[in-house]
Amino acid sequence: MPSRVKPSSAPRELLPLEKIRTGIPGFDEISEGGLPKGRTTIVCGGAGCGKTMLGMEFLVRGAQEFNEPGVLMAFEETPEDIARNVASLGFDIEALANQKKLFLDFISVEPREIQESGDYDLEGLFIRLQSAVEAVGAKRVMFDTLEALFSGFRNPGILRAEFRRLFRWLKDRGLTTVITAERGEGTLTRHGLEEYVSDCVILLDHRIKDQISARRLRIVKYRGTKHGADEYPFLIDERGMSILPLTSLQLQHTVSSERVSSGVPDLDEMLEGKGYFRGSSVLITGTAGSGKTTLAASFVDAACRRGERCLYIDFEESRDQVARNMSSVGIDLDQWAKKGLLTHEAWRPTQFGIEMHLLRIHKLIEKVKPQCVVIDPITNLLNGSSDKEVYSMLMRLLDFLKVSGITAVFVSLTSGGDNMEQTTVGISSLTDTWILLRDLELNGERNRCIYVLKSRGMAHSNQLREFVLTGHGIKLLPVYVGPGGVLTGSSRVTQESAERAEALQKQQEIERKQLDAARKRLTIQAQVTALQAELDAVEKEEKTLTREDKEREKQDEADRATLAKSRGSR
Amino acid sequence: MKTKPRPKGSKKLVELRLYVAGQTPKSVAAIANLKNICDGDFEEDYHIEVVDLLKNPALARDHQILAIPTLVRSLPVPICKIIGDLSDTERVVVGLDIRKATKGKKPTAKAQAVSGAR
Repeated sequence: MPSRVKPSSAPRELLPLEKIRTGIPGFDEISEGGLPKGRTTIVCGGAGCGKTMLGMEFLVRGAQEFNEPGVLMAFEETPEDIARNVASLGFDIEALANQKKLFLDFISVEPREIQESGDYDLEGLFIRLQSAVEAVGAKRVMFDTLEALFSGFRNPGILRAEFRRLFRWLKDRGLTTVITAERGEGTLTRHGLEEYVSDCVILLDHRIKDQISARRLRIVKYRGTKHGADEYPFLIDERGMSILPLTSLQLQHTVSSERVSSGVPDLDEMLEGKGYFRGSSVLITGTAGSGKTTLAASFVDAACRRGERCLYIDFEESRDQVARNMSSVGIDLDQWAKKGLLTHEAWRPTQFGIEMHLLRIHKLIEKVKPQCVVIDPITNLLNGSSDKEVYSMLMRLLDFLKVSGITAVFVSLTSGGDNMEQTTVGISSLTDTWILLRDLELNGERNRCIYVLKSRGMAHSNQLREFVLTGHGIKLLPVYVGPGGVLTGSSRVTQESAERAEALQKQQEIERKQLDAARKRLTIQAQVTALQAELDAVEKEEKTLTREDKEREKQDEADRATLAKSRGSR
Repeated sequence: MKTKPRPKGSKKLVELRLYVAGQTPKSVAAIANLKNICDGDFEEDYHIEVVDLLKNPALARDHQILAIPTLVRSLPVPICKIIGDLSDTERVVVGLDIRKATKGKKPTAKAQAVSGAR
């Protein structure tokens, strides 16, 4: 029989494992809901990997955000130390304790002063735990770290029995518990605590690669539920812990048909006269000095002008430097920063590993909630990371931005040469619009050209256009096609002046012809006038002749009458 | 809570506190064992207090008690703790540092007293 995928044998009517949210950014996503409710989770890892931090956030956020009071049983640090440690993350333990949302019990295990004689149990611990749970009505408990008991009590048999009893006790009371444990050699925990707690095991790791620290979290085991199984990078900063969900994103984002201006009207004209799609990702590639940042800044400027919030992440220049440089082309970024519309963050690409960058960008986006994001340049992220890592990071980032409906502009530096149309990390297939900036070298000069290499979902221009950086931003110039192709720079200027001369010549010719015609007209008019005069004269003469003729007839008649009279009278 | 003073003139005072949690077999055994040990032929003045943490749970925190039963010698300093049902009498005697106080006596006699208590 060929092996078949076994259908899930779990009966439908069984409720899935209930989870409670930790409130730790990212953790609830990768664990698909948080920690198992009413059960115990082991957080293990080496020294300084953030075990206590995770547990404390679980407690504090539970108390603050989910109204679930918590109890901390601290074996290693005094409540004062812990309060101080987490105060730097903005957690006020003392206030929570005063509000009866948190109960801290410091358990001192001093092996020096303890002798053992005969059988014992850890009922004292249970009594303390119970009174603490009752004092605040706790729903969450954390032990940090239970293993300290191994140093205080010599009888492992008793300890193991008591651990088993403790975990049952916690489960019976429905307390969601986090216990921290040191990682052992070849085992998850040094004392094998995971054998008692098998519901959920989280492994934290702090490693150094190429002198850059990277923290990772992995859910080793989560019984009865699906969860992200990868190693997820996480960050501990001034706002606590945050975990980056790496692969939880899918291609399910909705798209917008709204258009946003690229900030350059002439470029918008090349994109159906409307610009980019909102929520799409735009890649601007180009060689050094081809105007990539200016184009990106134009986009930011236009977005801020529409009143949208923008995030500009810079791996190359400082905020002031960009602002100064952009003011030289008439883009005033400072005004938007002052209005709070533009957040410009610049840091060195070598400052962190690749995931830390991604996480930081994530956090910034969550904080700023921008409609537009610019990353300038993504190619600098390559420093210290492999192409594959960068590719997967950028893919995640693109997905995240698309899901959030953020229009993103990525600036990428290409090295020039033949492979201009090949991005360094091959992310072109991930982006919707790809704008290529290039220098054309001709007749001893370099001129900037812009070309829309692709733009999904629109009938974009196929033209390679020259552009100039003016005091009012980017201006595209008319297309001049000469015998050798598109004319740029001084060739274009020559062509332009030639065309101007030709036009002038045509103009002059027309004027001359007009003049000729006018003259001809005048001549004809003069002839017409002369003829008219002649006509008049002839008419006049004609009239005179007629009159004379009539008079002569009259005279003749009179003469004849006179003659007749004279004859008759005879 | 019960106190069990054992007046024996103006001798060195040993303050002992035994923490138990209800009448569990271990607690009962510890009380009995402690009684036996202290009934031995020692020269100190004993002041024994038995604390039931079920009746007063806050004391477990205040006095850093984890294991039950726990015997605490608060005087003379330094404080020392012995956990367990105190069935290992010798350990208790060593732990409480009682032997020193009985320097004048013959060690054999004391050892007999100890074994008798067992």
